[in-house]
Amino acid sequence: MKIPYYPGCTLNTVAKGFDTSARESAVLLGFELKELNQWNCCGAAFPLTPDNVMGLTAPTKVLVNARKEGDTVTTLCSVCYNVLKRTNKVVKDDKEKRSVVNTFIEEEYDGSLNVIHYLEVLRDKIGFDKIKAAIKRPLKGIKAGAYYGCMLLRPFEDMGIDKADGPTIFEDLLKALGCEPVEFPNKIECCGAHLAMGNEDVVTKLSGSVLSSAKNRGAEIIVTSCPLCQYNLEKSQKGLEGGAGGTQMPILYFTQLLGLALGQDEGTLGLEKNLFDVKQLLKERGI
Amino acid sequence: MLIKLGKENLHSEFVELIERISGEELANCYQCGNCTGGCPVSYAMDFGPREIIRLLQLGQEDTIKSANSPWLCVGCLQCYCRCPKGVSAAKILEALRQLSLRKGESHEEIKEIPFPFLKNAPQQAIVCGFRKFVS
Ligand code: SF4
Ligand code: SF4
Repeated sequence: MKIPYYPGCTLNTVAKGFDTSARESAVLLGFELKELNQWNCCGAAFPLTPDNVMGLTAPTKVLVNARKEGDTVTTLCSVCYNVLKRTNKVVKDDKEKRSVVNTFIEEEYDGSLNVIHYLEVLRDKIGFDKIKAAIKRPLKGIKAGAYYGCMLLRPFEDMGIDKADGPTIFEDLLKALGCEPVEFPNKIECCGAHLAMGNEDVVTKLSGSVLSSAKNRGAEIIVTSCPLCQYNLEKSQKGLEGGAGGTQMPILYFTQLLGLALGQDEGTLGLEKNLFDVKQLLKERGI
Repeated sequence: MLIKLGKENLHSEFVELIERISGEELANCYQCGNCTGGCPVSYAMDFGPREIIRLLQLGQEDTIKSANSPWLCVGCLQCYCRCPKGVSAAKILEALRQLSLRKGESHEEIKEIPFPFLKNAPQQAIVCGFRKFVS
């Protein structure tokens, strides 16, 4: 099985480990993430104001190119997922905007693509049971906080990756890997996002709340699907004594954890780029 | 705070523009404050999302124009998801931001963005930051 895959700009650069760990995990699970032949940046923010049709052109171009390669596209970054999925819905449902966007990019796209997150691929196309059976190195007893943040989930009516009142897709994956998922109050709160540009204080406060909230419930690591969350959560722990949340917690992409559990070759995991080393913790637990 | 009310602010061009850009009807908000309650950044805003909407309902253009609130909104949509009336304060704050940017008024000067940020930050933060802050 080949699944058309949109990496997006961050996974092609600073979050390379997110990309390589996902591709390799797919191979170990018996399928291929096939990178789109042609793609561009999604714009990194869904245009919130409905009159801003211009902001839909870049993501629509991605969708057009993906549609040429099949009826489904998957992506890993929460923001890309949010932007592509929401744009696809607008193009599909809003005739007037569809026509404006199509005219502008000189294409004929109808919104017939199915945009799914890699977590959905793992849950719905592979199955967490099958993943559990493929685990070579169970991450037994590792207490992991599944951090959804904003973009995977909101707005609920557009995203629909999981139940609005208490999503579990992330925790279910962690369980399959042998981890002990930790439920924490801030799991769907914002990390500070793009305020990293110019408003570090706010980011430190927001990310600090996420970190301390997870730590207070016993989390030893935090797992994310967003490179910006990863950056903000790591950076907020840097420099300050014990970090903003009073923590020095490894922040991992879910695919890095998946790769570790599948016994993936370390070269593809990209762990060396993480600020706080998870390997120490694994060693202490004899994993 | 002294508020002056009159026909000129209740039906101002500014308020109409915000309604048009955001696609939201300001009168739909009944000021319950759920949005501000859920907003992670309201603590740092001059006016939280509920207050911004109230000030718009009352046409207080000058007060709103100098507020930092639109530039602090992270677009997390907690406000919208909690609003019992289906109002999106996020869209209204985005409209305020867009109004400045479309007039060529940047919030951040590109040359003042620290180099380490440009070098180390995820591309998505830079792209998103430029779209939200730079005209
Ligand atoms: S939650 Fe909705 S109705 Fe309540 S104050 Fe905010 S915008 Fe107005
Ligand atoms: S979208 Fe903006 S206004 Fe709404 S809760 Fe988030 S930060 Fe606050």
